Amino acid sequence: MNSNPGKLTLLSQIFMTFLKIGPVTFGGGYAMIPLIEKEVVERRGWVKTKDITDIFAVAESVPGAIAINSATFIGYRLAGVSGAIAAMIGVMLPTFFIVVLLSLFFLQVQDHPKVEAAFVAIRATIVALITYAAIKIGKTAAVDKTTVALIGLTVGIMYFVHIHPVLLIIGGGLTGIGIIALKQKLGMKVDLEQEDNAPFKYSDYYIGDGI
Amino acid sequence: MLWDLFITFFMIGFVSFGGGYAMIPLIQEEIVHNHGWMTAQEFTDVIAVAGMSPGPIATNTAIFIGYNQMGLTGAVLSALGMILPSLMIILAIGAIFYKIQKSMMVKSAFYGLRSIITGLIVYAAILFAVNNGLVSSISWHTFSLILIFGLSLLALLRYRIHPVYVIVMSGLVGVTVYG
Repeated sequence: MNSNPGKLTLLSQIFMTFLKIGPVTFGGGYAMIPLIEKEVVERRGWVKTKDITDIFAVAESVPGAIAINSATFIGYRLAGVSGAIAAMIGVMLPTFFIVVLLSLFFLQVQDHPKVEAAFVAIRATIVALITYAAIKIGKTAAVDKTTVALIGLTVGIMYFVHIHPVLLIIGGGLTGIGIIALKQKLGMKVDLEQEDNAPFKYSDYYIGDGI
Repeated sequence: MLWDLFITFFMIGFVSFGGGYAMIPLIQEEIVHNHGWMTAQEFTDVIAVAGMSPGPIATNTAIFIGYNQMGLTGAVLSALGMILPSLMIILAIGAIFYKIQKSMMVKSAFYGLRSIITGLIVYAAILFAVNNGLVSSISWHTFSLILIFGLSLLALLRYRIHPVYVIVMSGLVGVTVYG
């Protein structure tokens, strides 16, 4: 292990940096984005300002939470596969234990009448949160008649036929490629650039609307 | 069972485009519909607790479900299942071509993906509304739930109050009204 002390120091720095970012953010991965930028661009100087936007864009296009993906990607760029793993574990570890503690606490108190009463109302609020997520993602998704039709079709299929969502998602990607190819062949104008115009709205990041 | 947990979240991890609440319909499908590990109402409570915890909501949900089913080992395996696909894909992309998101193909795929995921969340919202008694018989109870739903949505959409506070406030209202 001592053959490469420089790399080991770098790995522990990566681990500690993301460990610190982990526990301070509430309500979803997007809240971590400004903090990650501050740490790795301003404080550590690991990534250039012009590169960090690309990193977030890739992190956003890859499945999974954007904060964890960004951390993993930055770790990879700095120190290869071991860097990616160090960053990923670092960013996950604090929230992991907080969630486990909260779960433990919740499982202890969930049968208490007051907690039950609270959750009667909270369940209605969760429906509102999911509706809110649908509205926010819908705004970026419904860009033309085709996408609106696709949204309606998905709801209809789930309601009446019920295909596994994984298959629908894979189908959705392929359908997108097919539709754009077809539209271009027919000479129709397709606007795919909107994601570049609205990259990261820090003020409004806490729900996974930025697919 | 442990293997089931890992595989379930591993599969979800591979297609969890969008992060955040976009993964809720997928987790709901597997946990409630396919495996029957918890009821729709229990799953709603899990999302509430995950939403009140720091960190990404979908990973939090996986950790909570894993812990609920199989203790600490279950929590570790669920979390690993959820994040391993991302790690694998990032390593692959990092090694090949890192400006992949600029390609026409990827943009076209996301054009379709976004619509499907919006549809899935709309469906999830309907399902959650039904399962949590928002569209049941006409009664004061149903009416009060719809009112809480409406006010919560207003707080989020119009006044941009952070979800954590909306959940906490709603809980206090619940204790007062239903306690």
